[in-house]
Order: sequence, then C-alpha cells, then structure tokens
Amino acid sequence: MIQSLIIPVLYLLSAVFFILGLKLLSHPKSAPRGNFVAAIGMFIAILATLLNNKILSYELIFSGIIIGALIGSIAARRVKMTSIPQLVALFNGFGGGASLLVASAEFYRIENTIEIFIFCAVLLSIFIGGITLTGSIIAFAKLQGIIRGSAIRFKGQNLLNALLFLLIIVGAFLAINERVDFSTVIILSISISLILGYLGVIPIGGADMPVVISLLNSFSGLAAATTGFVLVNNSLIISGSLVGASGIILTNIMCKGMNRTIWNVLFTGLGFNDKINQSSSENDPSRIAKSYEPEDTVVIFENAKKIIIVPGYGMAVAQAQQVVSELEKVLESKGVNVKYAIHPVAGRMPGHMNVLLAEANISYDKLYDIDDINPEFEQADIAIVIGANDVVNPAARHDQSSPLFGMPILDVDKSQTVFILKRSMNPGFAGIENQLFFNDNSIMLFGDAKETVSRLVSELKQA
Amino acid sequence: MSSDILFQLYIFILAIFVGFEVITKVPPTLHTPLMSGSNAISGITIIGAIIASGSRKIFIETFFGDVDLTSILGFIAIIFATINVVGGFLVTNRMLRMFKK
Repeated sequence: MIQSLIIPVLYLLSAVFFILGLKLLSHPKSAPRGNFVAAIGMFIAILATLLNNKILSYELIFSGIIIGALIGSIAARRVKMTSIPQLVALFNGFGGGASLLVASAEFYRIENTIEIFIFCAVLLSIFIGGITLTGSIIAFAKLQGIIRGSAIRFKGQNLLNALLFLLIIVGAFLAINERVDFSTVIILSISISLILGYLGVIPIGGADMPVVISLLNSFSGLAAATTGFVLVNNSLIISGSLVGASGIILTNIMCKGMNRTIWNVLFTGLGFNDKINQSSSENDPSRIAKSYEPEDTVVIFENAKKIIIVPGYGMAVAQAQQVVSELEKVLESKGVNVKYAIHPVAGRMPGHMNVLLAEANISYDKLYDIDDINPEFEQADIAIVIGANDVVNPAARHDQSSPLFGMPILDVDKSQTVFILKRSMNPGFAGIENQLFFNDNSIMLFGDAKETVSRLVSELKQA
Repeated sequence: MSSDILFQLYIFILAIFVGFEVITKVPPTLHTPLMSGSNAISGITIIGAIIASGSRKIFIETFFGDVDLTSILGFIAIIFATINVVGGFLVTNRMLRMFKK
C-alpha cells in the first residue's frame, strides 16, 4: 500500500507543488510564497523517498543531509548580492555532480542485469552531469576572479571537443555490441565529460557568462531528468524538465540581448578584440567629448521633469546602488518622474541588475525592461548612464562594421541630455569605442560612480 | 518494458511544455530568483541519492579492500544535492524579500 500507492501519490503532489511554486513566481508580490510552496514540494518528495522500503539504513542519509544543509545555508546567508552569479553557477555544478553520482551509483547496483535503454540513460546522465559539474566550476572561478575572465583559446579546440564526444559514442556502441565492458565505458565517459565541461567553458569570455550560467542551469535540470529515466522515477523527470525548460528560455533571452546565437557564444567567441584595440587608439582631434563636474549639471537637473537612469555593471562594481537610490529620492522630492531602464544583459546573469537595485530599496515597479522603456527616451529630459557602455552604443543601430551591430540597445541618445558616468574614456567590456560619448547632447562625468553620484545628491539637496 | 519507456517519454515531453508555459510568464525582474529557485528544484536528484546511499550494499574489490561503492557515491550525491536544495531555496527567499514596492 505505502510502496505502490502512497509514495507515488506523494511524488505527484510534490510535482504539483513545484509547478504551482513556479507559477507564483509570475509576480514579485506572490513570488516569496511561490518559493515556499516549491520548498514544501521538495520536503514532500524527500519524505516520500524515506518511506521507500529499499532503504535499509539511515545513518549515511541523515549525516549527508546535515552536512549539505549546513554548507548550503551558510553559503546562502553569507553571499553578497553582487556574487549571486558565482553562487548560482556553483549550485548548478553541484546539481550536475549529484546527477552524475546517482546515475553511476545506480549503474554499479544493476551492472550485471542492465538493459540497453537504461545503460544509454546512465551515459547521457553522466555526460550532461559531468559537463555541468566542471563547466560550472570554471564559470564560478571566472566570475570570482580566481582564473582569468577573458577567453582562453587554442588551435583545434573545437576539433578536440568533437573527437572526445565521438569517443563516448564509439565506446557506447562497442559496449552495446559486447566488445568492451559496460563499466569501462562508464569510467571513460565520466572522465571525458569532466574534461569537456572544462574545455567547453574555458574559451568563453566574461561578457558571455550570463549565457553560460543560463545554459548550465538548463543542463542541471536535464541531468536530473535523465537520471529520472535511469531510476524510472517520474518525479525526477518532471522536475528536471521544468528546470531544463526554464534554463533554455533564459539562455534564449540572454542570446537575444546580445544579438548572438548560442553556437556563436559557445564555439566562436567574439574574436574581434585585437582589431578594436587598435582603432580606439587612433586619436581624431575633431572628436572631443564634453566633460563636466557634477556641480555644473545642477542647472540642467532643475529644469528636468522626466529622468531615466540606466544602470550597468560598473555601478555595481563601484557599489553605487545605495547613492543612486538616494539620487532618485532627491529628484522625486523635487517632483521629477524617475524610471530605471534595465538592459537584459546589464548584470552578470539574467535579472541580476534588478536584484542589485531591489537590495538598495528601489521599488520594482520603477524598473523597466528594454521594450517598455525605449519609446520613452524621446520624452525624457535627462538620461543618466551609470557604468554601462556597450548597451547604449548607437553603433549597434546603424554601423554595419561594428561588432555590436544588431544588438538591441537602450536609446539614451534620443533624450534631451545624456549624462554618462564613467571612470575614463576606455572602451567597455567588449573593447568597442562608443559613438555616444561624442554626441552634442552627451556630457561625460568622469570619476568613481559612487563619488560622482554622492556629489550630485548633495548639490541637488542644496539647490 | 518498452511501454514503460514510452510512458516516461510522454511525461518528459509534456513536462517540458508545462515548463515553457509557466516560465515564460515570469517577468524579467525576477529572472535571477527564478534561476536560483529552479536550481533548488533541480536538486530533486536528492531522492535518487537517498535511495542509492540507503539501499542494499554492493561491495566492489579495490586496492583498499572491499568498498561499498553505491553507498559512497550516494552519500557524496546527497551532500551535493542538499547544498543545492537548501542553499537554493534560502538564497531565493533572501532575494525575493528584497523586492518591495
């Protein structure tokens, strides 16, 4: 009764809770409840599993859960919001690693009686899980600055990857035809998939990390789903597919935000950095960017009715979120309408900028995404670009020779005046010079973003 | 057996459709919590890990003597998956509570 009815019903219930939880994430108000509902779903699934009569001893299980819960809760509590992408990358890796281990464990349990379909599912689970594990660790290390963030490439990289992949296919084929041991192929696949995860992420530059994290997120779900095929467990299949679908949607949004295809991100990279650095060192004397001190801008602010703030990752690096929030409050007290324009790739992962602004107590209904805010720049008196560069480069609209051509950008140049807060004239993350800085309605405010905004705030308070 | 596999494939495909429907409705502002939350859900592998580490012992001869491989792999998998589950839900909760109007 318990084994054949209650456990499956509890699993079904947990799947329903997961779907309801994700549904509640459709609005910031109901989202905390959604997260809680999903957590309950997980609790039910774990409880149902503990009732399984295959389980003979509980010591290992509970000690494992306690160790994992301690590490997980400390990490979740300590992490800074700027470091969330690293943490999510690492968690993705653990998910993939868990799938690889479970599939391998199940393989050793049923090695002598294994069916071909299950064997293939084990291989797939190991393959996706292994890539997710090492790929995520590399993504984590790049984001954390442990290894160089820039793309590391060598000749024949794609060929090597293809050959390694082929080796697994050949191994699987030979094993199915009883030419080699199943277990030899399993060990081979574990090693190759771990190497492929490393080789796959190491050539991808820091700017493309939002795509990589989203993709690895999807992989961690797909690894769980394939493990579900191995264990003949529908709960894993359902939950894993939900996560897989979510990751694919986010990957797609990130790629669109950068106007690139997933294949381009994974296998070719930007590949134009050398050329760009040369062209930006040419000095054209006719092009001089206007530069003001924050104090000189007060007059312009005094006549403004509508201001749009465009935050980029540079703002987060300067830890300027809090003063930006103060700036908003001062402006609003003067009757100015303030909105924020968030580019899809403004942060280091999908939605990252929104979390950083929420942390600084900025209301979520003032954050607008690119499609909603772009028509409004024409009516804006001022656009303030803080630590963003490529996402406001007008070359993306018209300059076919620019590597950014075709990328959706925020149309800040259409507003009356554009203030650009920047450390120096250095080109941005992708190393591309920005036409915007030389426009007649653009004014540069050089210096540390936090300091510049603070000076602005104190000037405006006095005015 | 083959009808078993087919049934699982049905579930897999239908769940992906449900996932697409539900997740396209999540607004961009919540994409980071969506990712960390769905990450916690992918920690569902924990149930496979629990069964592996708690079930019948399988000893494998190694250089160090007989080792119960299934339990050991399952045990490490439990730690990994629990970090994923507990850390994922907690950090998502921490983020979501910051979103205020």
